[in-house]
Amino acid sequence: MAASDIATSDTYKSAVRRWPITRLLEDERWLAFVLLLPTMVLLGLFIAYPFVKGVELSVTDAKVGVPGRFVGMQNFAALLDDSIFRVAVWNTIVYTAVTTVFKLALGLWLALLLNRNFKGKAFTRAFILLPFIIPTVLSTFAWKWMFDPTFSVINWTLFRLGLISTRINWLGDPSLALISVIIVNIWRGVPFYAISLLAGLQTINPELQDAAAIDGARPWQRFWYVTWPLLLPVTMVVVLFSVIQTFADFQLVYVLTGGGPANATQLFATYAYQVGVGTGLLSQGAAISLAMFPVLLVVVIVQLLYIRRVETL
Amino acid sequence: MIEGAKWRRWIFFYIPLSAFIFTLLFPFYWMLVTAVRPDSELYRPWSAPNYTPFWTAHPTLDHIRYLLQETLFSTWMLNTLFISIAATLISLFCGLLAGYALSRLKFRFAGMLGTAIFITYLVPQTLLFIPLADIIRNFRLGDSPWALILTYPTFLIPFCTWLLMGYFKAIPRELEECARIDGAARWQAMLYIIFPIAVPGILSAGIFAFTLSWNEFIYALVFLSSPEEKTVSVGVTSELIRGDVFYWGSLMAGALLGSIPVAFVYSFFVEYYVAGLTGAVKG
Amino acid sequence: MARVVIRNLNKTFDGFHAVKNVNLDINDKEFVVLVGPSGCGKTTTLRMVAGLESISSGEILIGDKVVNELPPMDRDIAMVFQNYALYPHMNVYDNMAFGLKMRRFGRPEIDARVQAAAEILGIQAQLQRKPRQLSGGQRQRVALGRAIVRHPKVFLFDEPLSNLDAKLRVQMRVEIKKIHTRLGTTAIYVTHDQVEAMTLGDRVVVMKDGVVQQVGEPLELYNAPANRFVAGFIGSPAMNFATVTIVADADGPLWAHNDGIHIRLPAEITGRLRQHVGEAVTLGIRPEDLRVASSSDPADLAFDAVVEVVEKLGSEILLDVKVGPSTMAASVEPTVRAKVRDQLRLALNPDRLYFFDGASQAAI
Repeated sequence: MAASDIATSDTYKSAVRRWPITRLLEDERWLAFVLLLPTMVLLGLFIAYPFVKGVELSVTDAKVGVPGRFVGMQNFAALLDDSIFRVAVWNTIVYTAVTTVFKLALGLWLALLLNRNFKGKAFTRAFILLPFIIPTVLSTFAWKWMFDPTFSVINWTLFRLGLISTRINWLGDPSLALISVIIVNIWRGVPFYAISLLAGLQTINPELQDAAAIDGARPWQRFWYVTWPLLLPVTMVVVLFSVIQTFADFQLVYVLTGGGPANATQLFATYAYQVGVGTGLLSQGAAISLAMFPVLLVVVIVQLLYIRRVETL
Repeated sequence: MIEGAKWRRWIFFYIPLSAFIFTLLFPFYWMLVTAVRPDSELYRPWSAPNYTPFWTAHPTLDHIRYLLQETLFSTWMLNTLFISIAATLISLFCGLLAGYALSRLKFRFAGMLGTAIFITYLVPQTLLFIPLADIIRNFRLGDSPWALILTYPTFLIPFCTWLLMGYFKAIPRELEECARIDGAARWQAMLYIIFPIAVPGILSAGIFAFTLSWNEFIYALVFLSSPEEKTVSVGVTSELIRGDVFYWGSLMAGALLGSIPVAFVYSFFVEYYVAGLTGAVKG
Repeated sequence: MARVVIRNLNKTFDGFHAVKNVNLDINDKEFVVLVGPSGCGKTTTLRMVAGLESISSGEILIGDKVVNELPPMDRDIAMVFQNYALYPHMNVYDNMAFGLKMRRFGRPEIDARVQAAAEILGIQAQLQRKPRQLSGGQRQRVALGRAIVRHPKVFLFDEPLSNLDAKLRVQMRVEIKKIHTRLGTTAIYVTHDQVEAMTLGDRVVVMKDGVVQQVGEPLELYNAPANRFVAGFIGSPAMNFATVTIVADADGPLWAHNDGIHIRLPAEITGRLRQHVGEAVTLGIRPEDLRVASSSDPADLAFDAVVEVVEKLGSEILLDVKVGPSTMAASVEPTVRAKVRDQLRLALNPDRLYFFDGASQAAI
């Protein structure tokens, strides 16, 4: 078709026939509805519904194979009297608080180290994430082997260095078990913090650091007054995710100690599993799981409010 | 680089960095060494002469052979692969559609639904696993991979949605408007224009979802009972331990082999994985 | 037939009334430019014609068909965006073919049209490249090509030249004009640049704050602005304004008077201004209608001025002068010798005086 034909050719081809559903989907609201439907169904069915059911279960006395009758807050009242439950609550709080502080501090340090340009930076960054990538259960087994009461390589090294004279029973000693579990959690979590904080660091304009240096600020001051405040939004988000995951942690403790020895490492999740699945007391297990919820909610709300405030600065 | 004398560089940079790298990677080295060490060396008392835990002069494939031939390990690997891929695909599908709707369409409940999806991400699996087990049983999905394929999206979709929303928001509105003027219906503009441009985001979300699925444990532990149906994490935990005896050689071999698919996918897509991780955090 | 009729068009965003009762009749094959400052509603109006914004009230007809409820895909229009909006993941050929594919055109027809449009725009060599490999000017051509292949009823342009550098802008302006002449498709063009409006439009629509100020051919707007805003918007450098009082002389003639100006009004406009005697009105004079007074100029058609800034452009000299309390610009012959602080007498052209009502700003 020559160029000159464009002006004279048929300028309007009759409207393409479209299916009526296309017309319906032209409306933003209908399209949004259709697009969100699969997600809403899945989340409704497998999160909202179980949540409601969980609440329901926790106010009955159901056991495996035995449908329950309504018993009100009996399960929860029993929990308050349950010494193991109290230990589990305390353990979970300590576990979460200690690991978060260390993960944040070490992760930040590592992020600051990685924020410089050096040979092999990309490689290093990729390898650093491995503890986070590799399935938790599998890497935890490696630690369990490293903590083995008889054959621990850590003990062997410390012994050879002359720092200890008898084996440390990392996982079997009630006073040490929680610390060992905390160590593994920190090991696993530092990369996540480091990489996330590194990303946050990289969005900070380096000119700000230079300006502060010219103004006479020392490295520590530069960090505290310039870098840290700008890093806060990212930090808060990372901490939010991490706290929730750690509070509800299961895999690590299950593999390393199963909650023992003598409930020294019992957490909400492991206790719920032990009671609900292990002994089949479904309703009590559900109650333990749900007991997590108020604490989580408070943590989430506090952090979300803080994030909102920090972001509008 | 750190300004100043060379010794400062060593103290403040090289040594701490090396310490971090060593601590973070040593357990994997230990996994590897244990997996190829013969039993006789593994369980030797410390007092024996020439005890060198850090490497072995007689590497053996016995543990790996045991793993692959005497246990259902390969079945577990296939199960986990199938489940992870299926769950990832479902989550990507839902996440793409939901992410698009929330970031590019205007409708009354957009803000509320976005927040709702975010909140579901914060509900941990350990809170829901007991009632969910019941529901799974009622749907007749117990002890089948579908129990996991349908429940994993509950924590994968919110993440995928959030991540993809970030990518969608960066695409200029004019591209869609132009497509619609060109003759595309809204859904065609979404499918032919927006989605192809968001492919990096889709890859990031997919890879992240894959690794998250592979890593999941408690649902797999509670919903699956027959050894043939188990995933790698569950199988290794329950089947490689006879009573109180741990077959450490095979256990470590299992841990190693079980990590390979994820490490493999990760190594090809590191940039995407990191982008996914940081994208989620930066919002 | 591709007339566009806009009737009583209104658009409100959350309480903000962006487009107020716009009425416009665009003829087939006409090139109409909507011009005005940012926020005047021109882009919103265009987007309503395109179907990208919903209509609060009023009607839009394209080719005698009411299109209010039609989605953009059914309106048979094409649009060129300020940021080109080229699909980055497709090459130029596919970019141009996309619309035709959506309308289920056959392969040979698509190919023919794309090749023809590429030829008109001179981009045949770029057909296999991706947008990121093209320069700004090339991208704009591809955007034009994408619109051309569709053979639409109406072309819509949303400030397409704003992202180009000055020289390219002039080039593309000419190209667009040539293409329009060649294809003869009705076009609606939005810009904030009055030069583009004057050079491209068959008719120009000046808008401010959502209201149409004046519609007319470019020269009509230049010579007979309907109100002070249009007078000041069209023409560069802008028209000078001064507030003056109309004073009546005992024997008939009227004078325009303020601290620096005392001018006798020519007979032709005395009639119109008679009712404004004693009122303060706005006097408008274009810089190009002022010249340095010579001895032969009548004294009552001139005023004194003090030079503040001299800008020598080569083809003319722009003088910034102080007249009484106000400042004016005068565009004079390049041969004029003037220095800062010089005292001059400027004569005006009595046929080119404009007056605007003090309250309504409408032309008198």
